[in-house]
Amino acid sequence: MSDPVVQATNLSLTFETNDGPVHALKDVNLTIDKGDFVSFIGPSGCGKTTLLRVIAGLEHPTAGDISVNGLSPDEARRTRAYGYVFQAAGLYPWRTIAGNVKLPLEIMGFSKVEQNERVTKVLELVDLAGFEKKFPWQLSGGMQQRASIARALAFDADILLMDEPFGALDEIVRDHLNEQLLDLWASTQKTIAFVTHSIPEAVYLSTKIVVMSPRPGRISDVIDSPLPRERPLNIRDSKEFIEVAHRVREGLRAGHSDG
Amino acid sequence: MKSLVPILTVVAAIMVLWYGAAVWMNSQWTLDQAARAGTEPSFSFIVADTMAQDRPKLPAPHQVISELYDTVIDKKITSKRSLVFHAWITLSATLLGFVFGTFAGILLAVGIVHNRAMDMSVMPWAIASQTIPILAIAPMIIVVMNSMGIQGLVPKAFISAYLSFFPVVVGMVKGLRSPGAMQLDLMRTYHASQPETFWKLRLPASMPYLFTSLKVGIAASLVGAIVGELPTGAVRGLGARMLSGSYYGQTIQIWSALIMAAVLAASLVAIVGIIQRITLKRMGLAQ
Repeated sequence: MSDPVVQATNLSLTFETNDGPVHALKDVNLTIDKGDFVSFIGPSGCGKTTLLRVIAGLEHPTAGDISVNGLSPDEARRTRAYGYVFQAAGLYPWRTIAGNVKLPLEIMGFSKVEQNERVTKVLELVDLAGFEKKFPWQLSGGMQQRASIARALAFDADILLMDEPFGALDEIVRDHLNEQLLDLWASTQKTIAFVTHSIPEAVYLSTKIVVMSPRPGRISDVIDSPLPRERPLNIRDSKEFIEVAHRVREGLRAGHSDG
Repeated sequence: MKSLVPILTVVAAIMVLWYGAAVWMNSQWTLDQAARAGTEPSFSFIVADTMAQDRPKLPAPHQVISELYDTVIDKKITSKRSLVFHAWITLSATLLGFVFGTFAGILLAVGIVHNRAMDMSVMPWAIASQTIPILAIAPMIIVVMNSMGIQGLVPKAFISAYLSFFPVVVGMVKGLRSPGAMQLDLMRTYHASQPETFWKLRLPASMPYLFTSLKVGIAASLVGAIVGELPTGAVRGLGARMLSGSYYGQTIQIWSALIMAAVLAASLVAIVGIIQRITLKRMGLAQ
């Protein structure tokens, strides 16, 4: 096995507020290997989004070490090591879908020809071919979120960080997008870190499930999924799936009672 | 079509009030004249007379309209008696001042958003500048600039700019700060530089705010240009028409200049509105 993509050791992050310190993360140890699909699950306030932001270099830990691709998160951010998908699609309303996907490519200085090639490629990848010239308001919420995933994929970073990307969508759309995301993961071989508060979503998608609990934000369980990488939707009725889901639920409940 | 009925209703109401007020305010003069001549005027004579005086306290609408027709349509626009000529003088100062003011406003806003020292220092001064009555400061600007050898258009444009930069500063600061934390974080994940964040995120996001400010700004510019024409004893421009009208008791002239200024302001705001609609539509910000 090659070096881990993300390695965190005794990671802590404390926000100083007027009401005293808030321990968003405390003594977090985590390893994410290349090609993993890691989900962070836990109740709100457990620090799952904060952890993702620390990996992205958007927040800085107050103690402990973290490396991304062997670099500090800030250095990794400067090398554009990851694509980040936010809770809301956050497309620029004044840019077309193609224009939005082009945004990171323009900033990173890709040639015009390559920009267009990449836009076509990633829009096909998220099943949005033909919507290049549409504006965001002309698309449904699920399609907008797919466009934002395409935007994160456009510059071909090895890591994809996703912060509850389907949290605001209804369940039918979410199931569909989960399936598509697995296809995408299989075809691009990316390492994905995924924040969610849905147990079925976490179990269905992940090779590794990190269960977190709040006050202070910490990891209460790490589950390596026994499920195969090929996952049809009906795998959710299998015995293994239900067992993993049960263990996640137990982990969440335990974290809650002593929290 | 739907908006026509309410508009016409309001116009009709204003006309009724206006004629009523004209009869009421001008009748004193008619009665005085009659008393001096020793006659007893009938009611219908009073009403007819109040609408046909040379120097009424309040000219009747049709008098203003006929004056407007006379000075706008019948006179050559190069003539000093043409209202179009005077409107153009004021308009040119308005537009120049508007360009100055908009430019200054945008520059200040960019500085305020990007520089903490400017954020703390410029805004209070910008607000303070608007609390000084423009009528007090306009003569000083004219006199100071005159002593530096600058006359004519530029001092008036300067006063226009003084009034119009403020709404642009306020609107642009708000607009440039309108992108949320998530959108700024997105730019950080791309390791975008500050100029890139400005050109690709802040500036386009500020466009709806800018246009709203421009509408206020261009109307303020026109007020500035007219005010700039008052203290100079200028002989040209809408402000000069109003001033000379009041010197000589030419109320009809004052009112037609007022109406011209109002029409000008409405047209300028409408033009900015059209540009706004086209721009935002092309940007995909309006449907």
